[in-house]
Amino acid sequence: MKGECEMATLIRAEHLVKNFPVKGTILDSLTRRRSFVHAVDDVSFEIAEGEVLGLAGESGSGKSTTGRLLIRLIEPSSGRVDYRGADITTYSTREFEALRAKMQIVFQDPVSSLSPRMSVGEAIGHPLQIHRMGSARERRGVVLEIMTKVGLTPAEYLYRKYPHQLSGGQSQRVVLARALVTQPDFLVADEPIAMADVSVRALIMQLMRDLKEEMGLTYLFITHDLATAKYLCDRIAIMYLGRIVELTTRDELFSRPHHPYTKALLDAVPIPDPRVKKNKELPAGEIPSAINPPSGCHFHPRCRFAMPACSAARPPLKEISPGHFSACILD
Amino acid sequence: MSNVVQDPILDIQNLSIAYPISIGTVRAVTDVSVSVQKGEVLGVVGESGCGKSTLGLSILKLMKPPGRITSGRILYKGNDIIDMNDRELLAMRGRNIAMIFQNPLTSLDPLMSVERHFIETITVHEPETSVAECIRRAEKILSDLGIEARRLKEYPHQLSGGMRQRIMIGLALVLHPDILLADEPTTALDVIVEAGFTDLLIKLHKLYELTVILISHNLGLVAQMADRIAVMYGGRIAELATVEEIFTRPLHPYTQGLMNCVPNILLDQKELNAMPGSPPGLVGEQNSCPFAPRCPKAMDICRSKLPPLKEYDGRQAACWLYEGGV
Repeated sequence: MKGECEMATLIRAEHLVKNFPVKGTILDSLTRRRSFVHAVDDVSFEIAEGEVLGLAGESGSGKSTTGRLLIRLIEPSSGRVDYRGADITTYSTREFEALRAKMQIVFQDPVSSLSPRMSVGEAIGHPLQIHRMGSARERRGVVLEIMTKVGLTPAEYLYRKYPHQLSGGQSQRVVLARALVTQPDFLVADEPIAMADVSVRALIMQLMRDLKEEMGLTYLFITHDLATAKYLCDRIAIMYLGRIVELTTRDELFSRPHHPYTKALLDAVPIPDPRVKKNKELPAGEIPSAINPPSGCHFHPRCRFAMPACSAARPPLKEISPGHFSACILD
Repeated sequence: MSNVVQDPILDIQNLSIAYPISIGTVRAVTDVSVSVQKGEVLGVVGESGCGKSTLGLSILKLMKPPGRITSGRILYKGNDIIDMNDRELLAMRGRNIAMIFQNPLTSLDPLMSVERHFIETITVHEPETSVAECIRRAEKILSDLGIEARRLKEYPHQLSGGMRQRIMIGLALVLHPDILLADEPTTALDVIVEAGFTDLLIKLHKLYELTVILISHNLGLVAQMADRIAVMYGGRIAELATVEEIFTRPLHPYTQGLMNCVPNILLDQKELNAMPGSPPGLVGEQNSCPFAPRCPKAMDICRSKLPPLKEYDGRQAACWLYEGGV
């Protein structure tokens, strides 16, 4: 990302926290002891207008919850989200309604995101109806236009089709079209290609990149696949158990990764080339539960470089070089 | 791939599998021939719906009804699996050829401890084995898998995803099969766990002198493990060659397309060459190259005549482009 200061900030997350209560045993309720899943634990970042910020990490790292918090699909436990400088978490439901058209999301599984009873045209036009944009006739025109844009052609023909008549790639395009039909400026893409075949993946990634330029979009791109993130993102944040452990530009992350967890993730990426034999330094075990996360640095029980101080206090996310943030005691 | 002159441990000849459905016959696998040498790792790749899982299941004669083998032979050490009766199949499955699936949670019984899973697996095939002996063998295999013996007392819900998948492979290997069929073994796993599991699979392949058939759409995984790769498209083998040949000099335009659209973290890819279109439906007779509608190099003959799988210097491809040689 060049000239960070020139670009206006579109989204700013400040000290975002989200805890989900866990249903405990009868004993827990008698003793009034409640436990929580600490899904997002004090996360702050900014997304500039026109930028693609990647949010990467393993399952359970809190990346999807963060995405949902940004567009207020769920309410934060504390912290704020600014959209163009205004804190949207203080908006009433009515006030926020108008903004919803500007902030959209696409999910991992296009098939479960589409109603089997709605035709392609109805599904894509549905957000326009909800936001009472235009007459039925105008809406049809807008829908056909966006369908052409996302490559759902011939649009007139596909307009009447139902989800079961579509291929996986077409379903994902319908979901994208539906998210973009209200002309949003911010899109949360939550693993939009994780379930797709390789060839479909490449097409959707290319499409998302083209649409971003064409429609002036800003993305939060949530993925567990760093190879995909490398292709699409300007900056990448690595999350682990609810916290951002590293945040920097794409090039910096891949050439000079800092945090031991980032390095482990990079080591783990399979290389589609039999001539490359990687020397993997994999951390032990798996991501622990977010109900009772490890003390201090969450990663310390799996970290090769862990020392006593790591379990004592949470290492702050420090700027180790301009624009490169890392949360490790070794920084 | 050590010795080419010896008899293959598994020899699939002209195998076709069809599913009769209301609107016609789905030809899931058509005329597939591939042989596997002892100790070899054969990768089977392709998009969803190309027949790779059906091919894998057919080797154990486990296709879901109404699927049936319409022609061909599956020779395991010279014996045709298709001719086996249920008793022979039961004896063969697990003992000679074992399989691991994508989702370990659905393959484990939530009401049974890990230990019971092992006892059941062993005693089905060797009823005379004592419980103590079963546990001893389970402990031995767990140590190869890097799992502590105390886990034997635990239940599937107490195990993490990666641990479950390792238990699955432990159950598959406890009877020391010759062949391991692995259908998308890492797809349900997270990146770091996946990388660890891949390393484990590579280690076990050597340790247990396994022959592995690795079915996956993950080209990164296949690149690390396979000796040879069969690329499937539309239920047929489009190309069959060594892993180096497939990745560095693919012949079939479909293989070329697959290789071009995979993101590689080591490269600085400005563009991915995506392949438009989607795989064919497989209903009815195939009279043209199944890839022709998506092929950037398609010629007239491709749309009118099915290309046969032909041999070129020890590798195979089914493409009219190489009619005059490669």
